[in-house]
Amino acid sequence: MTVEDKEWVKELKVFIPEKQIMTGYADLVSYSFDGSFGEYMPEAIVQVKTKGEVVHVMKVANRFLVPVTPRGQGTCLSGGPLPVKGGIVLDMSQWPETIDIIPDDLIAIVSPSALAADINKAAEAHGLMYPPDPSSAHVGTIGGNLAENSGGPRGLKYGVTKDYVIGLEFVTPEGEVIKTGGRTIKNVTGYDLTKLIIGSEGTLGVITKATLKLVPKPKAVRTLMAVFDDVENAGRAISKTLTSGILPSKMEFMDQACCIAVENYQPSGLPTDAAAVLIIELDGHPAALAEEASDIEHIMKELGAKKIIVPQNEEEANRIWHARKQVSPATAQIKPTKVSEDATVPRSQIAPMIERLQQIKEKYQVELVVFGHIGDGNLHPNILCDKRNNEEMGRVEEAVAELFETAIDLGGTLSGEHGIGTMKAPFMERELGAAGLDMMKRIKESWDPNNIMNPNKIFPEKGQKLVLRNE
Amino acid sequence: MSDLQTLQKQLNYDKTFDCVQCGYCLPACPTYETMERETHSPRGRINLVKMVAEGKATLSDLEEPIEKCLGCMACTTVCPTNVEYGTILEGAKETIENNRVKTKRQKKIEDFLFGTFFPSSTWMNRLGKATWLYQATGLQKAAQTLKLTTIAPLHLDKFEKILPPQPSPGERKSRKRHVYPDQPPVAKAIFFTGCIMDSAFFHINEQTIELLRRSGVEVIIPEEQTCCGALHAHSGKVATSKELAMKNIEACERENVDYIVNNAGGCGARLVEYDHLFAEGSDWHTRALAFTEKVRDISEVLVEIDGLHFTKPVTKTVTYQPSCHMTNVQKVTTPPRRLMEKIPGLRVQGMTNPDFCCGSAGIYNIVNYEDSMVILDRKMEDVTETAPDAIVTTNPGCLLQMKLGIERERKQKRMKAVHLVELMMEAKPQPKR
Ligand SMILES: Cc1cc2nc3c(=O)[nH]c(=O)nc-3n(C[C@H](O)[C@H](O)[C@H](O)COP(=O)(O)OP(=O)(O)OC[C@H]3O[C@@H](n4cnc5c(N)ncnc54)[C@H](O)[C@@H]3O)c2cc1C
Ligand code: SF4
Ligand code: SF4
Repeated sequence: MTVEDKEWVKELKVFIPEKQIMTGYADLVSYSFDGSFGEYMPEAIVQVKTKGEVVHVMKVANRFLVPVTPRGQGTCLSGGPLPVKGGIVLDMSQWPETIDIIPDDLIAIVSPSALAADINKAAEAHGLMYPPDPSSAHVGTIGGNLAENSGGPRGLKYGVTKDYVIGLEFVTPEGEVIKTGGRTIKNVTGYDLTKLIIGSEGTLGVITKATLKLVPKPKAVRTLMAVFDDVENAGRAISKTLTSGILPSKMEFMDQACCIAVENYQPSGLPTDAAAVLIIELDGHPAALAEEASDIEHIMKELGAKKIIVPQNEEEANRIWHARKQVSPATAQIKPTKVSEDATVPRSQIAPMIERLQQIKEKYQVELVVFGHIGDGNLHPNILCDKRNNEEMGRVEEAVAELFETAIDLGGTLSGEHGIGTMKAPFMERELGAAGLDMMKRIKESWDPNNIMNPNKIFPEKGQKLVLRNE
Repeated sequence: MSDLQTLQKQLNYDKTFDCVQCGYCLPACPTYETMERETHSPRGRINLVKMVAEGKATLSDLEEPIEKCLGCMACTTVCPTNVEYGTILEGAKETIENNRVKTKRQKKIEDFLFGTFFPSSTWMNRLGKATWLYQATGLQKAAQTLKLTTIAPLHLDKFEKILPPQPSPGERKSRKRHVYPDQPPVAKAIFFTGCIMDSAFFHINEQTIELLRRSGVEVIIPEEQTCCGALHAHSGKVATSKELAMKNIEACERENVDYIVNNAGGCGARLVEYDHLFAEGSDWHTRALAFTEKVRDISEVLVEIDGLHFTKPVTKTVTYQPSCHMTNVQKVTTPPRRLMEKIPGLRVQGMTNPDFCCGSAGIYNIVNYEDSMVILDRKMEDVTETAPDAIVTTNPGCLLQMKLGIERERKQKRMKAVHLVELMMEAKPQPKR
């Protein structure tokens, strides 16, 4: 029996326009991957554009027990939108983008397909800002951001996606529409389901609308770069800054391997002989910024920075941020496959973590570079490797496993940004403990009694291991 | 080599690994936007190529997504890992073309299309009597009598309407092959005429030569030059395309010039990449490199030489529709804007999303007419927003397409599509020296 003949496909067609249902082989292949590892073929892709359509799909799927995996733009780095159990990929990306800014309430009401970058742009037109800034903000959908609780460099000062959501509309696995929260900042009515759904990776339901909080857009920004000979001093300089009454909007870190890669790829004026480079951005009133910048300069010097660069104009500042942006393409030149991790540790453990990462690099003989949002402890250890080399990938798997354990040992977490998905599921119990994981599982079971909503994510199967190899 | 290995080589399997599937190319891809599915996105296409190379999908799965790709290369400009999409696309086209089992009938149609319809080397020499597109539109009638119209309605009548009046054969014949400036020349250049430019827009070519001349450039127009081969390569006929490249390299080697100038974004993109066609280290590769080093768009040369000043104000609002191949392959983005800034009285109104392809894309608008029109209509929304008197282009395909767009919007009375060269001539340029 072909998919087209299946009863549930016929049922879907009762309400969903034919054009929005794809079952051709080339289409199925094209929705079998995301930005991470693994390929899983769905049986059908359904593009939804209204709440009513989502309700219909969920009701049909729940009746026929067909797995449904929501998908934004498939930029996920942990396997979230992969249809591991086949069934339906629910493509949210073609939902017409709507962004309603309500300046007086400082809120935005957006469709699930809206891009964070577009939301911020629309907010800026009213002198406001939507702070969460994952680097994929111009590609990934807000639905994906919400489901993964995405964040970016600004997390240090402004927090992450979850800190800006005050209300959601979503469809449950059984096809019911629920509204959580509202339009007010303060709201203590009942359990906070909004927060539960955020970061649930599409396993509890489908987000169809979000009400987001906006903040006034800072008047000015300022950038500084500081170069250190050892990571420990850089770590101390960060702590000192944060305890001296200054909260920068961004504090980014690059290790020596990153700087060398960038300079080899596109000379950008980064030092290649230093252990750590910090890029700091301040935002606020221009007068305050001038003072804070000079304070930071002092702190950095005092704690042993061997060089401090203070750009004199916007162009020079942009050049620094451009260099930071080159890390991704530059490191991609080392080897084609990138395993991008986001283990996060308490700020005090940054230097020990970086040291342990160096040990892992040597122990497993892998190409490991570290950069990241150091101000909030969110590091991005990236391992560059080649998917086609099975032996190497085996070593990478071991290195990644040890990296996760190390983060947990240091009081940190598996994931600061990218989510658990399929990739990190095997390590969940290690972080949460058996009872913690079991409680989460019970929540999942009561929301999704038939286990059709993005199954096999977050929770490991018995004996599941991290796999980066295809065969 | 096993069959799969051969296939992997043809499909540039190794290059597909450069794609980390980050999706950064999605917002840049016109067909992803209009066709609304990953299958027609750069990432989707690359993944399909990879799947075919791994034996997990077939060439026929790949056929439509590859055929519907505009080849605009917008994806390569935004790609953070520099995936060589152009190479992957060309390899896929060639492989599909070579493996297609053709019926007799299909073969007849193809011979017809590529033997007569598309510009060929012999065709260039027969210029003079009828021009390519006129020939083509005439050919549609021929095709009807041959009962070949099922190859797809070619909609050529739509294009016939928008073509400019043609010069007489005499005018074409009397073109000078060597032109000197009034003063001692500051540079020497070969002008690459391009098939479509020279047939449909002969007068723009004449104006281009005149602009060079007034800038102080000695211009040579070699008779031996032929089609750049872009259209052939885009249709998977890589071998023919290579032959054409060799002919052009030979034709230009005979003269010792500073520049090889063209005024068609698409041709220029092909010309600057001639070296990719030959194995590194080979004699032809060296010759190709010597050639590509000199290739310039007319706007680049005019900015570089800076020999003109515009004497007549053009009090118009224009918007600029950059040619995709000029932006994404030649990487020429500022010179046309610089030149427009120099025209007194001209108001250049930027449009949203200028880098979104207009849908002309070589012969895409002829072979994929319906899809192309969806893209064009989308483009026209952005164009109309700027309320221009004219849309400025730098490629004949775009120029025709924009004219078609204006027709479709019924704005012929209010809006014109012009080549940048025409706009500059309107401002009465005079030598600075
Ligand atoms: C180059 C690159 C850089 C990145 N940088 C960052 C970064 O700086 N910070 C960061 O946090 N992340 C980053 N990411 C990860 C990724 O972009 C984010 O997780 C993003 O939020 C995913 O959005 P998406 O639309 O692509 O969702 P998808 O990848 O399609 O899906 C992600 C998850 O969300 C679920 N989902 C999607 N839409 C809905 C919905 N409407 N309702 C319910 N569930 C839904 C899916 O089931 C899946 O589990 C990066 C990724 C790449 C490739
Ligand atoms: S931007 Fe480049 S690497 Fe990213 S998905 Fe597109 S082609 Fe692949
Ligand atoms: S060449 Fe243009 S149409 Fe083709 S995949 Fe790239 S962006 Fe899309």
